Order: sequence, then structure tokens, then C-alpha cells
Amino acid sequence: MHHEEVFTDRNVSEHSAYFYVDIETYPVSGWDKFKQVLKRAVRGELFVGLWVVLREMIKFDIHTVQYPKEKLPIGPRYRAVHKLLRLWESGYERCIGCGLCEKICISDCIRMDTRIDENSRKEVTEYSINLGRCIFCGYCAEVCPELAIVHGGRYENASEQRTHFVIKDDMLTPLDLLKAGEQAEYPGFGAIIPGSDASVKKTPLAY
Amino acid sequence: MDVAFIIETIVKIVVILLIFSALAGLGTYFERKVLAFMQRRLGPMHVGPFGLLQVAADGIKLFTKEDIIPQNVVKPIFKIAPVITAATAFMASAAIPFWPQFTVMGYTVHPIVADINVGILYVLGVMAIGLYGPLLGGMASANKWSLISAARSAAIFISYEVISGLSLLAPLMMVGSLSLVDINNYQAGGIGNWIVWSQPVAFILFWIAAFAETGRTPFHLVANDHEIIDGFGTEYSGMRWGMFFIGEYANMFFISFVIAIIFLGGFGDGTIAGAFQLLLKVAFFFFFFLWTRAAWPDVRPDQLMWLCWKVLMPIAVLNIVVTGIVMMF
Repeated sequence: MHHEEVFTDRNVSEHSAYFYVDIETYPVSGWDKFKQVLKRAVRGELFVGLWVVLREMIKFDIHTVQYPKEKLPIGPRYRAVHKLLRLWESGYERCIGCGLCEKICISDCIRMDTRIDENSRKEVTEYSINLGRCIFCGYCAEVCPELAIVHGGRYENASEQRTHFVIKDDMLTPLDLLKAGEQAEYPGFGAIIPGSDASVKKTPLAY
Repeated sequence: MDVAFIIETIVKIVVILLIFSALAGLGTYFERKVLAFMQRRLGPMHVGPFGLLQVAADGIKLFTKEDIIPQNVVKPIFKIAPVITAATAFMASAAIPFWPQFTVMGYTVHPIVADINVGILYVLGVMAIGLYGPLLGGMASANKWSLISAARSAAIFISYEVISGLSLLAPLMMVGSLSLVDINNYQAGGIGNWIVWSQPVAFILFWIAAFAETGRTPFHLVANDHEIIDGFGTEYSGMRWGMFFIGEYANMFFISFVIAIIFLGGFGDGTIAGAFQLLLKVAFFFFFFLWTRAAWPDVRPDQLMWLCWKVLMPIAVLNIVVTGIVMMF
């Protein structure tokens, strides 16, 4: 089963920890100002500040992520650079060249070229996504009827040329990785809902 | 004046210059580390073990950067201002006894460049000249932020000279000497003899004034990043900016020495243990400079002036009067 990171519920609700900051009224008269100065000086707020930072230093509860060595987990539905998946059994490309992704792409960054191969099967010869234009909205993954184009978790990219971002060979699952069973299904936008296999068996036509 | 004395003095000067230039560099390292730990960060980690060589990397960077003299600046003054800051900081150290005297191979060494009888007056005076670094640098820079910073530094330095001078007057009346060695020897009897017990008010006042004179948070108005960029240092680059930096950190170390010697007994009776105690006290005061930077916000310029003239100065004058009355009867 795919491991899913458990995230904190950050949605605003009546149980969430919003509270109003208590702001005292500003002093108007000289006597009020004097009282405020006295209160602040005698209460020793400066020492509270000193104690707080010293406490943090002693606790040594460091929150730094030393980035190239350590990485924060990303969400399972994170939409980073796209991947083209293969069929598990045959190893063929899932993409049928329907062109829906090209059509729906709102930043017009997907370009594909197809031809009919010798088996009278539609073959995708070119498939490129201009990542300089892509806004990673996920529409292509959502619209894809074959779950062929999906988003992956690769968010670090470096190359000598912009034109390298991103061509078909970089997105397509390599055959050896597929045979090793390392192609991961995408749980995000447009993916099959969990347990859909059972539904397919009961009412094949509805699917 | 014999040759041996001249050679000895030159050797002392070189040693002080080398040690405190290096300490100023290390001071930046400690500042970054301490601030980082207080803010739950790690600070420099990548250059050398625990980022220790970050100091060397910064030094190389500063030395090899282009020395930019902007177009409309007053060139000779712009060039000399950082030198004033660094030079006065080191000149002030001439009258500070860093270590009790010791004997090496039958030769007694006094670890003070010039044991003059007006030591503390000289230290305060030369530190006051340090004002000309930010003032001239800021005025010559042809930059509005620098100009504001120059005006602020003039106001702050001159105001807090008054506080540091008046607050020191009371302990000096008790000791009866301006020499830092004499002040130290006055407290040689141990913790009970420290001037801080008889002059706690003067101690606090001088400590507050030290923050203003070194330009550290909460009185960091001369180069407050979020208001006036880097203040007088805005137009500076490379090693000229580095000189301002070295001056600031050397000043922090020297003022820590001065506080520790005048109020906290200095090196005491002159044993090795006393000397290390002095270093511990200095380390604490230096750490406190970093500590407050992590904990406290900056005050506004008008609040700073209010604090100086309406609160601290009357207290300092009262302290002198009370000390005088107590000494008289």
C-alpha cells in the first residue's frame, strides 16, 4: 500500500486555535503614561525576553532542515514535474495520443505529435511540456482518461538548457524500473479512487 | 627611552592587533551561532567543522571584493572613515590591562601597552573619537540613509558620552585614580571588594551606555537594517566595510574589558586564576551583547534621547552627589 503522510488539520473551524490579541488602551494623560512605564519597568518584561531566548538556547530544539542532506516530506498529491506512466502488464505506454491534455492545458505548454504505427496503433512520437510555462495546475493529469500523464514528486531540477525541460524520455517510466516494480501510481488529481477495482467488477458498464 | 622598551611596546601592539582582529572575526562567528541557537536555527554549518572556517571564508570574501568608490562621494573622507573606526577601537586598547603582569625567563612583562595614569580617561576619549568613523563615513557617502545614520550616531554618541562619563565619576571618586591598573588593584581583595557592590547604579548606567557606544541592540539605531539599510555602511563594500565591522567588534571586546576591570574586580590579585576570571567576565559581557540582540527590540531615536537626558543623566548626577556625601561623612 502506498504510504501516505498524515498532515495536521489546518482548516479553520470553531475548534481551531484562533484567539483575539489582548491590546490595552493607549495611555492618554501623563499620569497614565507614567503608570505604564512603571508597570513595564517593574514587571521586568526585558528579563522575560532574555529568559525566553536563553531557554530556547538551552533546550537546543533546533528546527533547521539541512536541505541538501535532509528533505521535508511532500504531500502525496503534490504536483511537481510530470511523469508518463506505462501499463503494468505489457510495458506499453499508457498514452493513447488523444490530445486531451494538450487541449485542456491553460498555459498552452504541452505539445505532442502522433502517428499510426505498423500495428495500426496510435503511437506518440513527441511529447514535451514546457516547464517554463507550466503552472502545475494538474488539469492534464485530471483529464487523462488512461492515467498516463500524472504529476510526480520531483521538484529539484537542474540543466544547462531550458529546452531540456521537459521531454518525453525524462517523463516516461524506464522499462527496467517498471520491471523492478518501482512505478508508483499517482494518488492525486484524476487518479482512480481507492477500491475502484471492486466497483469495476460489479458494474463494468458504469465504469 | 631604551631600545628594549621600544621593541617590547611594538611587540605588544602587534600581539594586541593580531589577537583582537582574530577575535573580531570569531566574534562574528559566535554572534551568528548564539543568535541562531536562540532562534532555533543552526547557524553556519558548511564551511569547516561546525562552520568554524566561516570566518576565514568571510575574510577572503571581504579582501577579494571590489573596492567600490561611488560617484558622488567625497573621496578622501569616504576612504578614511572606516580606518578611523578600526584605528580608534584599537588605540583605545592601549591603556587596558588585559592580563596581570607575569615573568618570562626572568623578564617581567606588563600586558598593557601604555600604563598611563589617566588610563580610563584616555580609553573614553579615544572611543569618543570613534564617533568620527560613522559620522564622516555617513556624511561623505552621498546617500540619504547614510546621512540619517550619521546624524543619529552623532546624537547617540555625544549623549551617551555624558552617561558613561558621569557614571564613572562616582567609582573614580572612590578609587582616587584614573589608571585602570590602580582601579584593578583597589578591588584586589576579592569579590567583596568589587566596586559593583558599592556602585551598582553606576555599573548599570555604564553598562547601558556601553550598548549605545558600541551601537548594539537595543541602541542599534546607527545601522538599523529595517529603517536605514546599513546606515553609514550602505555605500561601503569589501574591506572598507570590513574595517567598520572589525572596529565594532573590537570595541565590543574592549568595552567588555573596561566594564569587567572597573566594576567586577578585573584580574583581581594578579594570579593566573584571577586572569582567567577576567576572561570569563569579558566573555559574559560579550555574550550579553549577543543575548540582548536576540531578545530585545530596538528603541526609537526619540526614546533613546528621552532615556538619556531625562532618566539616566539625572540618576547619574544623583549617584555622584550621594557618593560624595557618603564619602564626606
